[in-house]
This record gives sequence, structure tokens and C-alpha cells, in this order.
Amino acid sequence: MPAPIIKVDAISKSFGTFKVLDGLSMQVMPGEKLALIGPSGSGKTTILRILMTLEKIDGGHIQVDGEQLYHMERNGQLLPADERHLARMRQKIGMVFQLFNLFPHKCVMDNVTLAPMLTKGVARAAAEKRAMELLDMVGLADKAKAMPAQLSGGQKQRVAIARALALSPKIMLFDEVTSALDPELVEEVLNVMRKLAAETDMTMLLVTHEMGFAHDFADRVLFFDRGRIVEEGKPDEIFRHPKQERTQSFLKKIIAAGHRV
Amino acid sequence: MTQWSGYLGLILQGALVTIELTLMGSVLALIMAFLAGMGRVSRFFIVRAIATAYIEFFRGTSIFVQLFWAYFVLPFAGLSLTPLQAGVLALGLNVGAYAAEVVRGAILSVGREQYEACTALNLGRWQGMRHVILPQALLVMLPTFGNNAIELLKATSVVSLISLADLTFQAQVVRSQTGSTLMPFLSVLIIYFALALIISWGVRTLERRMARGLDGVRV
Repeated sequence: MPAPIIKVDAISKSFGTFKVLDGLSMQVMPGEKLALIGPSGSGKTTILRILMTLEKIDGGHIQVDGEQLYHMERNGQLLPADERHLARMRQKIGMVFQLFNLFPHKCVMDNVTLAPMLTKGVARAAAEKRAMELLDMVGLADKAKAMPAQLSGGQKQRVAIARALALSPKIMLFDEVTSALDPELVEEVLNVMRKLAAETDMTMLLVTHEMGFAHDFADRVLFFDRGRIVEEGKPDEIFRHPKQERTQSFLKKIIAAGHRV
Repeated sequence: MTQWSGYLGLILQGALVTIELTLMGSVLALIMAFLAGMGRVSRFFIVRAIATAYIEFFRGTSIFVQLFWAYFVLPFAGLSLTPLQAGVLALGLNVGAYAAEVVRGAILSVGREQYEACTALNLGRWQGMRHVILPQALLVMLPTFGNNAIELLKATSVVSLISLADLTFQAQVVRSQTGSTLMPFLSVLIIYFALALIISWGVRTLERRMARGLDGVRV
């Protein structure tokens, strides 16, 4: 049995007096597709942001790809990670945001090539060739010269996915990537993610409210509530036969709100 | 009339000195603005402290006094400046202090999500600043930079006090030589105004060019 690629061990995190993560532990296997669901404020986005080093942790440990994320081992001691260590660890992880976070002053091509050229020293020609492959993969090869403001939300999100992929991370984090989209644009983004799951062996973690997609896409579903994982299992178990009362009531509300499961 | 055209030549010579001061002062102001403005958002306390001290000191003391220090007091410390050098130094440092706050505000106005995208793409602090944050912040700075440049243009008249023959200085020369008050002062009024208009127009053009593509309409 291979070692987990992500090992989260007793992570706690508070915003002021609000405890977002309360001793959270979880493991993710290489290549696994994981869906994180749960009510807002349950900590599912926060753990994604912590994995991307966008938040600091208050306590606990995280191992990514066999190495400590927030700590460095020096002479047998665990010290807080410095910026160099974090930069090295970030190479393993890519993230796609709810609001795309494209660089508005750069065209689609430059959005995708900027980081590989700056952080990996890839030559422009090679970076652009790779970017064209990725844009082709997300169906936007014809938009390479467009500015982000000229694109629809669905197109922007697909560029954001290509941009994250350009750094070839082992792990991709998707934070409610369809929540800000008009309903008719959701499917084009989900299709890209389906394709990605089918064509690569990347580990993918997604926070989502698209229960139908989570059901079809994920190998495993984690239900979060109040900073802890209340229930986890195969999509069918969680969505068809939830055991915990809190999972049941959450899914009932979601279905009542018109979401397909 | 021929005599008047000679005096007009004097005033135009003064205009050249004013333009020279404005350009050189603006360059120094711009450098100081970015140094101090970015220093204000530094991670390091000592850098923030130095930047803040510079900004507060040069905003808090009169440009006249700063100019007198640059021209009359610095020589006692072994640093003798020509009137032009002293003028550029005082103007650049003074206006740079105001513009530094513009730089700081513009950097802080770029949304947090842009900084987070930089982190997620593993850009270093300086790489993110240089390629993502500053280009967007620059657009926010430009209109106020235009104001600062016009302020600097008008402030150049103080150098007449250290006998630099700028526009204002020459107007007084012409007035004392001809006894005419209206003509020299009217011409310098018009020239200052025309120069300010040129600055406004230049900054607006730059703004339009830089905003191109950002709103999805103009490409």
C-alpha cells in the first residue's frame, strides 16, 4: 500500500475566537479524488487554504509528499518552515479559486506562462508551447491573446485551471470553483475537471456545493461540520445512506435548495 | 515691440529652467516615492521606520526651508550644490514624500486575491510585486501622480529665492527692467498654465494606454 501524499494531523486554526478547524486529521492517497462538502464555516475551504500556505496554522502537523509542510527538520528537530522551505513545498501544490484570481493586466497566455518562467526558469518559447497545450486542453486555444476581462466566468475559470496546471503540481486544490459562475457556465468547467481526472493521475481535492458532480467525480467524500470531519466514505455511502444525523440534515437542506444529488 | 520680444526671450529662457527643474525633480520624486512607498509596506520594521520618518519629515516642513537647507546649510557640511542641484534635491524630496503615500495606498488597493494568486503560483514576494501588484497599482497611482507633478511644477518658483533664473525669477527681472507689471506676469501665468495642461494631458494619455484591455471594452 503506497504512503499517503497528504497527511493532516490534528490541525487547529482559529480566526479570532472562532475555531475553524478543531484538531482536524485526514489522509489523502496519491491520485485520489476527494470531495469536501459541508455547511459554510465548517472549515473545508480553510483546510484547502492551509494546504496552499495561504493561512497559518495554530497547531498540528501536515505532511505533503513525505515532507513536513509547515515545519523543517533540522538536526532531528522540527522548526517552523522558512520562506524557502515553503516555496519548495508549494511546487507540489496548485490551487484554483472561486473568483478565478486571474491577473487582469495580462493576457491569457501571459497569465499561464508567468509562473513557469519566473519560478522554474522555463524559456518563453517552451512555456508558451506548454501553455498552448493546456489552453487547448481546456478548450481555449483561440483565446490565448484575449484579456481576462473579455472572457466569460467559465472561460476565466478554465484559464485559471490551465494556469495552475502549467506548474505541473502533484496535488490540485479546487475551492468552490463553480460557485461564482452563471448556471449555464458551470458545466464547461466541470467537464474540464472530468477530463483532468480521466487523463492524469493528479491528486485532486475539491470543495464544492455541486453534490451531483461530487458524487460522480470523487473517490471519497468528506463531510465537514464545525471544524471536524463528521463522516467520510464512498460517494454512494455519503449521499445515499448517510449515517450521521448532521450529514442527513445537511443533505436534506441542499436537496430542498434544488441541488441535484 | 522688438524690445518686448527680447524680454519675451528672457521669459522663455526662464521657462526652460522651470521645465528642466520639473523634469529632474519629478524623476527624483518618482524614485523617492517608490523607495519610501514600498518601504512603508516592507516586512522589516527598520525599513518601515526609515520610510515613515522620511515621509513625515518632508511633508511636515516647508519646501522653502528645505530649499534653504539644501542651498545654504549643506555647504557647512561640506556639500556645496549649484542652485539647480539644490532645487532638484529639495523639490524631489518634498514631492516624493507626498507621492510615497500614493504608492503605498495604491499597493494596498490591489485586492488580497491577487496576492493569494501569487502565493498559489509560488511567486516570490518581489516577483509578485514586480509582475502582478505594481503594474496594477501603477494605474491607481497615475491620476494622483499627475496632481503631484503639477504641484511640483508650481513649487519650482521657490528656486527664484536662491537666484536660479526660472520663470518667476525672469518675470521679476523683466518687470524691474521695463516697469511693466502686467505683461511679464501675464506671460508667466499663461506659461505655467500651459505646462500644467501638458502634464495633465500626458498623464491622461498614459492612463488610457495602461488601462487598455483591463475593462474588456477597449483593446
